[in-house]
Amino acid sequence: MTAATPVHAVEMKGVTKSFGGVKALVDVDLQVEKGEIHALLGGNGAGKSTILKVLNGVHVPDTGTILVDGKPLAEISPEASRRAGIAMIFQEMSLIPTLTVAQNVFLNREAKGAFGLIDDRTAERRTRELFDMLQVEVDPKATVGNLGAGQRQLTEIVKAISQNARVLVLDEPSTALAVSDVERLFTFLRKLRSEGVAIIYVSHRMDEIARIADRATILRDGRHVITASLSELPIEAMIEHIVGKRSRGLSDVVRGESNVGKPLLELENVSGELKPRNASFVVHSGEVVGLAGLLGSGRSAIARVIAGIDPIVEGEIRIAGKPVAITRPSDAIEAGVALVPEDRLRQGVISEHSVASNMTLAVLDRLSSNTFVSKKKIRDLTDEQIARLRVKTASRDSAVRTLSGGNQQKVVIGKWLSTEPEILVLDEPTSGIDIGSKSEIIMLVRELAKAGKAIIMISSELSEMLSACDRIIVIAEGRVMDDISRSDLDDPSAPKDDPIAQLQAAERKLQIVIQNALTKNQGGTHVR
Amino acid sequence: MSASQAAGSTSSLTARLGLTNWRQNIIYIGFVVMFIIFAVTLFDKGFLNPNNLLNIVRQTAMIAVMAIAMTYVLSAGEIDLSVGAVAGLASVTTAMAIDAGGPLTGVMAGLATGVVVGTFNGLLTTRIGIPSFLTTLAMMGIATGTAMWISDTAAVPIISKSYAWIFGGGNVGPVPVLLIWMLVLGAVGHVVLRRTSFGRRVLATGGGEIAARYSGIDTKSIKFRVLIISAMAAALAGMLYAGRLQSGRFQLGQGDELSVIAAAVLGGTSLFGGSGTVIGTIVGALMIGLINNGLILMGLEFSQQLIARGAIIILAVALSQGRK
Repeated sequence: MTAATPVHAVEMKGVTKSFGGVKALVDVDLQVEKGEIHALLGGNGAGKSTILKVLNGVHVPDTGTILVDGKPLAEISPEASRRAGIAMIFQEMSLIPTLTVAQNVFLNREAKGAFGLIDDRTAERRTRELFDMLQVEVDPKATVGNLGAGQRQLTEIVKAISQNARVLVLDEPSTALAVSDVERLFTFLRKLRSEGVAIIYVSHRMDEIARIADRATILRDGRHVITASLSELPIEAMIEHIVGKRSRGLSDVVRGESNVGKPLLELENVSGELKPRNASFVVHSGEVVGLAGLLGSGRSAIARVIAGIDPIVEGEIRIAGKPVAITRPSDAIEAGVALVPEDRLRQGVISEHSVASNMTLAVLDRLSSNTFVSKKKIRDLTDEQIARLRVKTASRDSAVRTLSGGNQQKVVIGKWLSTEPEILVLDEPTSGIDIGSKSEIIMLVRELAKAGKAIIMISSELSEMLSACDRIIVIAEGRVMDDISRSDLDDPSAPKDDPIAQLQAAERKLQIVIQNALTKNQGGTHVR
Repeated sequence: MSASQAAGSTSSLTARLGLTNWRQNIIYIGFVVMFIIFAVTLFDKGFLNPNNLLNIVRQTAMIAVMAIAMTYVLSAGEIDLSVGAVAGLASVTTAMAIDAGGPLTGVMAGLATGVVVGTFNGLLTTRIGIPSFLTTLAMMGIATGTAMWISDTAAVPIISKSYAWIFGGGNVGPVPVLLIWMLVLGAVGHVVLRRTSFGRRVLATGGGEIAARYSGIDTKSIKFRVLIISAMAAALAGMLYAGRLQSGRFQLGQGDELSVIAAAVLGGTSLFGGSGTVIGTIVGALMIGLINNGLILMGLEFSQQLIARGAIIILAVALSQGRK
């Protein structure tokens, strides 16, 4: 290695990784220079987190080489990556809330004074020097648990920097931050860049990437698509590359005719504690409405307010024209609202319990007399739901954890259909399940709409949302930014006989609407 | 500048004592208030009599010793329910060993009891993964049973005067040896928790186990060690009981685990791990002793004492743990 050839901070070449039969990464290259902010972009399942986990030593690649600062990694392990100077900023993963900022920064390598006792003052002074050098203000003596999300994140980064990290990986760092904190983070990152730190920045917010990144690498379906400088990548081009031409599709789900009826669910100026903010929209019977937006935009917060999990601070919810007071989940269930929650294993099922006990948990009162639960009623209801949703399970008494992800999700849906809801809210109903089950669930959603239910669907997979929904509401920062009919997203120029191309054209349009909502919200410029 | 520096130094002083939060200070305020109330209302019953005050110390020293170690256990996010029973067992093993081989053998036997029990608790909790709540609950029965079995449920007398003097019975001038034990162990406990990397790792383990592991801390080893410390402290408390009463009996220390945990929590140590202060714990232990003493002097019946003590502890813990 001579001084003439520039040494890359990170050079990953030909990285391939498969899980079981599924190829998550195919021959991917990633090159990051010192003193550069490098954006890593791609849709869900594009392979971003897999390649980062390879870099971080969590996954061992099947093939490929990794050079850090020109030197190959001795082995693939989190420890080796850390020693090589790679630091991944987990969302609040490495901080102890009960200790102070300085104590956290120097955790497990404390400054020692007389008699080998810990010298917190020195730690505080050195922490303050680090913050001063990077021109941000965080009190080294403050307890981490009392800090806001932005300051906690800066603390994590400073902790990494103080351990001589030369490559920083930030995964969606701005999701939890307020606008002012994002500004501060950016100033901070630019400062680090000028110190020669290489930064890999993952985000779905293209307005942010356009502002902060120098170059970008885009992945799609586990393959490298393009690496280019940001000046050559306007936002439309980024979206083009991210959406691309995908082989898999949901175009086999035909959106049948919808017969939209009377308004069933109306929100008027609804605000929660943080999000949503003054949200107003209507969902009619027989209609599937999608809530689109990025992670942290407040989509799930709206779902939680409607389902009575988060309190409503302001505004009114009307169901079938009548105002209802929803203060706890049982109010919502009584009013005919059911929420299929985001986190299946934590919020959806009790995975150690049987299919039957999960499916009947929300309606135990209906199935019992004098507090004694009728076993026959439980059997009948469970069998009915298993047949209707085509749940693949050994028996109704099998523990839910023995089922596949798709079938677990069907159990959750069955649980809520048992309550005979008029309004069904589905939060990421297809996350972590196979493509076959995805199509089945989307078809089920269409069937339920046809039967006159009002359905709200939240999904990060835009193609699914486009397949399932009649109308899409765009959310940013907890506000309703746009309300578009699905047909308005159709691109007349896309070939009529190619449903995949049509879906992709619509997805690009929706992407642009979502990105616009972000800039609109901050009073920024518009993308056309 | 100078004003802000002055403010900075006082805040760092309180921070170093672990008093950053006013709710954690409630124990000190409560202690003083309680003391004044008893001093005024029980003045003519001899509450302020030096002998009475030293008695409070004598009665609470063993609770305090165990509570100092419990502060570590709770801070690391674990619990030790076996301390009272282990104290009883250690009092018996010590007394029997003194009878067989003299005071030094007795001390060794007592400490060995702590090491053995602590190793069991620690291994079961960290290697097999049984929650410490269950491990130490089971150990409670095993320790008491063993103590009853080897002593035939009878008290084992201790004849050694020197042992009895050092472990609990003696006085240096007017100062009871028990007070010295409590202060020395308290000072060591405080410094180790606040100012050594071991103490910092204990607090980190209880404050966020995953984050602590990511920072390179061997959290299992930390948990193992705090459980050993707790069992050793319990054994020492048992030896102090034995010295004070000049005999070892299985009943000594029975039920102390609740007072010990209450003392630590009263003092501002979190039951959920991550924060603890040894000074607070000692004041918490003294407060429990103060309440017991005051209620007895007031002439309350035992049943009324139990009710009043429970109510006062609930009030104090509610105030110190309360969140908005």
